[in-house]
Amino acid sequence: MTERLDLPDTEWRGVSRKYVVVEVVGLIIFGLITTAATSIPTFVTSISWLAAIPISLAIIFLINILLTPRRVRAIGYMLRADDLVFRRGLMFRRVVAVPYGRMQLVDINRGPLDRAVGLSELKFVTAAASTGVVIPGLPEQDAEELRDTLVALAESRRAGL
Amino acid sequence: MSELNNDEQADNEPTVAPEIVAGGAAAPSVAALPTATLRLADGEWHRLHPATPLLRGGIALIAIIGVILVNARDFFIDNLFNARNEFDPFTRLAESGFLIPAVLIVVAVLVLSVLGFYFSWRMHTFRITDELVEVRSGILFRTNRRGRLDRIQGINISRPVIARLFGAAKLEVNVAGQDANVELSYLGSRGADDLRLAILQLASGTRAAEAAAVAEANGGGVREGEHVGLVESRVNEFLAPELDPNAAPPESIVRIRLPRLIGSIVLSEATIIAVLAAIGIIVTIAITGQFGWLLAFLPGVLGLGGYLLSRLTKSLRYSIASTSDGIRVGYGLLSTTNETLPPGRIHAVEVSQPLLWRPAGWWEIKINTASQASSSSSETAKTTLLPVGDMNDVHRVLQLILPSLADAESQELLEAGLAAGAHDDAYVTSPKRARALRWFSWRRNGFVMISDAVALRKGAIWRSLVLVPQARMQGVSMNEGPLLRRMGLAELRVHTVAGPISATIGAMERSDVIDFFNEVSRTAVQSASVDTSHRWRSASASASASASASASASVSVAGGASTASTRETSIDSADSDSADSDSESSSEETR
Repeated sequence: MTERLDLPDTEWRGVSRKYVVVEVVGLIIFGLITTAATSIPTFVTSISWLAAIPISLAIIFLINILLTPRRVRAIGYMLRADDLVFRRGLMFRRVVAVPYGRMQLVDINRGPLDRAVGLSELKFVTAAASTGVVIPGLPEQDAEELRDTLVALAESRRAGL
Repeated sequence: MSELNNDEQADNEPTVAPEIVAGGAAAPSVAALPTATLRLADGEWHRLHPATPLLRGGIALIAIIGVILVNARDFFIDNLFNARNEFDPFTRLAESGFLIPAVLIVVAVLVLSVLGFYFSWRMHTFRITDELVEVRSGILFRTNRRGRLDRIQGINISRPVIARLFGAAKLEVNVAGQDANVELSYLGSRGADDLRLAILQLASGTRAAEAAAVAEANGGGVREGEHVGLVESRVNEFLAPELDPNAAPPESIVRIRLPRLIGSIVLSEATIIAVLAAIGIIVTIAITGQFGWLLAFLPGVLGLGGYLLSRLTKSLRYSIASTSDGIRVGYGLLSTTNETLPPGRIHAVEVSQPLLWRPAGWWEIKINTASQASSSSSETAKTTLLPVGDMNDVHRVLQLILPSLADAESQELLEAGLAAGAHDDAYVTSPKRARALRWFSWRRNGFVMISDAVALRKGAIWRSLVLVPQARMQGVSMNEGPLLRRMGLAELRVHTVAGPISATIGAMERSDVIDFFNEVSRTAVQSASVDTSHRWRSASASASASASASASASVSVAGGASTASTRETSIDSADSDSADSDSESSSEETR
């Protein structure tokens, strides 16, 4: 196994460890619901091999939950001189660089789980739909500071569309 | 000379009220135009062409009135001669005693719709000020739409057949966004041309004022050049034949002759599908012996015929020309469309060639722009810049839309980008182990930086070359999945606004991708900061010097990085020795 796609000599800023809790709880809830829903046919028809679907789903979710801490550690962002670089993913690694001047707007979202542990999610929107820079698991204070920084940086480097 | 003085005045008081300055400077820029041109763009509210109600559905109403009148005349004449027609609707209504209420209802509906059409015309007004174009419409539900002139992505004048008969035209001002267009339908044909000119002038005039203000703030150094540029551009405007579109329409740089157009449509994928379907029908009929199967395919045949015909009529009388306010693309035989794209509005370009076109050497050019239409038919029309053309046409059009690629080295790279491709050009291509993922195209699959644009070369069967000007690039990303990682490969994606082109290239050497990612993200910021194309021609004089300087800088950066990346390749794959030495020598030339 070779090493993962990454930028050499970079100091990534990670996201809060508490984000693991958000991810795990979310996965548990979602996993329980889908497992329960897919196991209904087994109980109704009492065909035993149909149980393979919920069981395999449960295993997938379990592996996913076990990998969550590593996946959260893999999320990183970096404010370089002229652009924002963002990285995420273990199996499907993605590294994006977006010049500050390309910013159209910044969103801050808080889901119920995020709020419970005091985290926010920051979304950096450009004119290209595929850019999709979403930094999850930022402490509320940090998210707001980062937003203000990004807006200020974008203002000073404003470019056309 | 008077223009210069006016600009001086504008410069002397820029901080007092920016809007006044903008207005003051914009006025002289349009003062050079004949006043008739400015009639519709004077900042006052105007109404649309009087025939608008007719063109927007009124013709159907007239047809209905006509049918009713003809029937009524028949009824009248029949009664006069006492010859009763049992099947006449009027006779039956008269016999059942509902004639009077029925006539009243019909008349009421007619009067209401005529009034409706009239008032919707009365209430539909527009105005063009120095900063924006604004439309108010609706009787009960009022809409008010404003578009900022400096955000214009394109101006489109279309003349449907019926509107042409009335001498009317539809003018559409596209701003960035989904369905974000301000539509003025309909205007007088001449008025639409004048209005387009005036809007483009105002848009660049506003920019001129801003640039002048900035120059003033920065000090006198740039200002001299600015003024020369302004005066020069005014003179150019004055002398340009484009100023009077009716007197001398700009010369098209590409002509598509009818045989080529028909050939390109016949050799398209749709025809292959049609031929396969026809074979399918014949086989089915031969096996079953029933000709009823023909009926089952009739809708498909009709649909295909309609599609091919619409493609043909849309590309007839195609023209593309350079004007001082951008590129003008026109096409259409009966219903004509004429779109003006100001400079710097093209976010991505794709030159592609289907397999069947290869013997003829034809290519197609598509573009991404920031304004999208929701209807797919107008979308394809807008995004296809060149429906079909040979290599010379492609070079001419590319030179028009990406003027920075005019130098010899860029031309060579473009040439290589459209050729079969091998390991012996400047493109960084996929390593040999990517064959499993790119069976035929691994030799061609590659990227390179051409001047200030990112070039992605893809496909062996469907050849294509994607060009993204760095100044328009929204971001860059690289990704890998489990399979790519195991093979030491990665995918690179250049983000552009939504459109038919996605600038993605997969199955590339991982270290090459990382290098190219770094290079693109660095040079993109540079290009964006010196880019002035969205400011049009007003800033062109002062910007040209610095832009050319930075362009040469980015070329040398590109050369240096590609050397580094090919060195890395040579470690991995032994067969690229010649590529290594070649690209090194080319980067030497760059320096």
